[in-house]
Amino acid sequence: MSRYEAVIGLEVHVELKTDTKIFCGCSTEFGKEPNTQVCPVCLGLPGSTGVLNKKVVELATRAGLALNCEIGTYTWFDRKNYYYPDLPKGYQISQVFRPIAYNGYLDIDVDGEKKRINITRAHIEEDPGKLVHSGGSITSSRYSYVDYNRSGMPLIEIVSEPDIRSGAEAKAYLEKLKAHLEYAGVSDVKMEQGSLRCDANVSVRPVGTTTLGTKTEIKNMNSFRAVQRAIEYEVERQIDVLEDGGKVVQETRGWDENKGITVSMRNKENPDYRCFIEHELPPIELTEEWIEEVRASIPELPDARRRRLVEEHGLPDYDAGVITSSLALAEFFDAALKEFPDAKTVSNWIMGELLRLLNARNMELGESRITPGGLASLLQLIKKGTISNKIGKEVFEVMFEEGKDPEQIVKERGLSQISDQGQLAQIIDEVIAKNPKSVADYQSGKKQAIGFLVGQVMKATRGQANPGVVNSMLREKLGE
Amino acid sequence: MQLNTLSVHHLSELMGKKEVSSEELTRFYLEHISRVEDKIKAFVTLTKEEALARARAVDERRARGEELSPLAGIPTAAGDNICTRGVKTTCASQILYNFIPPYDATVAGRLKGAGAILVGKCNMDEFAMGSSTENSGYFATSNPFDFDAVPGGSGGGAAAAVAAGEAAFALGTDAGGGIRQPAAFCGVIGFKPTYGYASRFGLISHVSSLGQIGVFTRDMTDLALILNEICGHDDKDATSASVDVPDFRKSLVNDVKGLRIGLPGEYFGTDVSPRVAAKVREAIVKLEELGAVCEEVAMPHIEYAPAAHYIISSAEASSNLARFDGIRHGLRVEAEDVLTMFKKTRGQGFGEEVKRRIMLGTFALSAGNYEAYYVKALKVRTLVKQDFDRAFEKFDCLLTPTSPATPFKIGEKAGDPVAMYLSKVYTMPANLAGVPAMSLPFGLVEGLPVGLQLMARHFDEGTLLRVGYTLEQSTDQTRLKPGLLL
Repeated sequence: MSRYEAVIGLEVHVELKTDTKIFCGCSTEFGKEPNTQVCPVCLGLPGSTGVLNKKVVELATRAGLALNCEIGTYTWFDRKNYYYPDLPKGYQISQVFRPIAYNGYLDIDVDGEKKRINITRAHIEEDPGKLVHSGGSITSSRYSYVDYNRSGMPLIEIVSEPDIRSGAEAKAYLEKLKAHLEYAGVSDVKMEQGSLRCDANVSVRPVGTTTLGTKTEIKNMNSFRAVQRAIEYEVERQIDVLEDGGKVVQETRGWDENKGITVSMRNKENPDYRCFIEHELPPIELTEEWIEEVRASIPELPDARRRRLVEEHGLPDYDAGVITSSLALAEFFDAALKEFPDAKTVSNWIMGELLRLLNARNMELGESRITPGGLASLLQLIKKGTISNKIGKEVFEVMFEEGKDPEQIVKERGLSQISDQGQLAQIIDEVIAKNPKSVADYQSGKKQAIGFLVGQVMKATRGQANPGVVNSMLREKLGE
Repeated sequence: MQLNTLSVHHLSELMGKKEVSSEELTRFYLEHISRVEDKIKAFVTLTKEEALARARAVDERRARGEELSPLAGIPTAAGDNICTRGVKTTCASQILYNFIPPYDATVAGRLKGAGAILVGKCNMDEFAMGSSTENSGYFATSNPFDFDAVPGGSGGGAAAAVAAGEAAFALGTDAGGGIRQPAAFCGVIGFKPTYGYASRFGLISHVSSLGQIGVFTRDMTDLALILNEICGHDDKDATSASVDVPDFRKSLVNDVKGLRIGLPGEYFGTDVSPRVAAKVREAIVKLEELGAVCEEVAMPHIEYAPAAHYIISSAEASSNLARFDGIRHGLRVEAEDVLTMFKKTRGQGFGEEVKRRIMLGTFALSAGNYEAYYVKALKVRTLVKQDFDRAFEKFDCLLTPTSPATPFKIGEKAGDPVAMYLSKVYTMPANLAGVPAMSLPFGLVEGLPVGLQLMARHFDEGTLLRVGYTLEQSTDQTRLKPGLLL
């Protein structure tokens, strides 16, 4: 048992799913040529004044409600002043003093233990631009390119309380957070496209103490697994520093995915952002009625859905947790279940084949061509005995790649199960003739020898033979 | 005919009657500018060719019989902190010496749409920080009534241009008196609408919560015509008010009978020059003769307004001017790394007063000082607003001197930033409260103009027009002409 415990808080930036930027009409589409989605407002040109995109307020409210937050009926924007080339106005418009959402929480499960992670606040802010350095960093580069397409993208920053104690908890919290925001329809939550970014504040302290140790902030983690690994590494590193009698330095550290270590980026000198109210935007005033309307429009969230899958469909809690971890999976499950009402079988196929293929190919569900209806038809074919479970897996893979109807695949490839005794009789006779030893073993009482013979028939029919029929025919022929 | 002493509505009539074309009028103004500019130095940029082209276009429209705005074909000017598409807009700062906005300020665009002819961009105190136009990053402007005196500031160039007959009217900006104080010094009308009434889009603002675009004119009728064009909601400015805009010509009423006019005792204290005070009292007597009821009113927190104004405006300026960093536009001083580039660019690009205010604002907002200075200033601002609210419970408008004294000499206060700042001590409270305020000329003292300031309730510009119009119709003290136009 370690003499230290980790104290971790996460700051998560989530890009809201709007068509236009937060204070202007520029498009938010991802991946366009640099500086093609800009205007005087998001470039911060002199004299340009922005106007708040109403959709941002609605999505931020939805997000806050999905994270069990209270919503402020009177909030406003503030300016955070600092110099950086990617910051067009020399300040960032954010909500420093009065976030739109606060006092929320998410419940997580780690190794079967439930735990509540409190959320301090979720506030609206604008994204600055993006820098591409010619060298390693802005200080060592001869020049840097600035792309202001990102400038003015609407974000919410979700700040957790330092309630997290391990990398695994951090990962569980992020997964839960992602699922909630996805269900609420506020963001694409794609880490690889930067629509979800996470920084971790990590400190350690002797078990039993309550004062916080010196923290470091870890950046540049681009997957949930990386967050977990980075935190685990950083916790060990800080413990080592303390054990060696050293002091943890307050700084920003970057996660080096290849080396699996955190490295010092810069010393943090407690920047003074000189925050004050943004006078060019009026305060945001929301009525309780409007907030309730938004609340009513939020669909069932992951925890409720998980409970429903357990209670209504008798799914094991573990299965329900996996299925509801992403909205796409949960919707897929529900749709397939409608046409093939056997929850456990559907869940087995989703957790088994579907997730296996998605993970192996590093794909999102939407990128595969499998449909819930297709899966249901496939399961019907198996149930009817047209194909075996094993052949079903092969068909599934074809459906995943090509999106064809399973019956068509079975027909085209001649994969139907052979249950016809006439068709099987000759093959069985051949197998019996070729394997006298197994036949003798069986007849001398080693009943398990029949398994080998069934296997040989299956092999000869390339898996198409109906194993049940083969089994009973063999028994008959071998004199039972 | 001395075309450049006539008001906009007279010029518009003449053009309507085909007695003069817009091109002729514009040429007349441009020629006059070339005659007097070396004495006045009102402009940082002249737009002769564009002006003539626009004037010809207006003449063509008139020839086709199109219905035109009263402002069509009228030569105008704008302070150099109001963005004009394709025309350099420098804020009289070296840091923006080459900035050509790709957009018009909404207000400038509306005037353009009405057919007004921009003849140039006017000198000002750099980023509108100052009270004399001596803080321009380029050169100082002279007062048309005395070339050795300042025209006031920050909008000294625009005020001087209108006074000297170089533009029939001009746009300016007023965050603490940047229109009213130079209007008073140059003997023209200066008007700051209610905060949010005219769009702030395209105003290169140094103080977002105080600054407002307004106008310099030669008479009240012109003022009404121009307010009709520039006021009204703008989708591009979130601070723009959503209120109906009346036809301001209906406020041109020659009658102040029964109007209750408050005289804040705090504005008539020891800091006002006795001769200016005497002139203002003359105006009060006149208004009383005309049937207005003038009474003293207490505004106890006004005395703290300048301190609060200085803190708030500097705080906002320190933030608003952060974007001038050499990255995207304006001056860039090359350097070995980005931080040094920021520092050198800002070091060379900004003048002394701008740097002073950036430092003051940065200090006032910094951790440890925020509560003591910025938050305290906001509280004072609330108290000042309450003074106005209370006064307007009883009075329809307030009357004060615009400035404690007549124009000072160039260089006289240049070394004393606080004295310079206090020349706007009477104009700053209206910005803190956001109420509409106007300065109108009322006679001369030792050959230099005196300004009367009138302030009214939010969105009650009509009362100011009414009082101004009545005075204008009842006395010749509101029409002042400098020597160079006589």
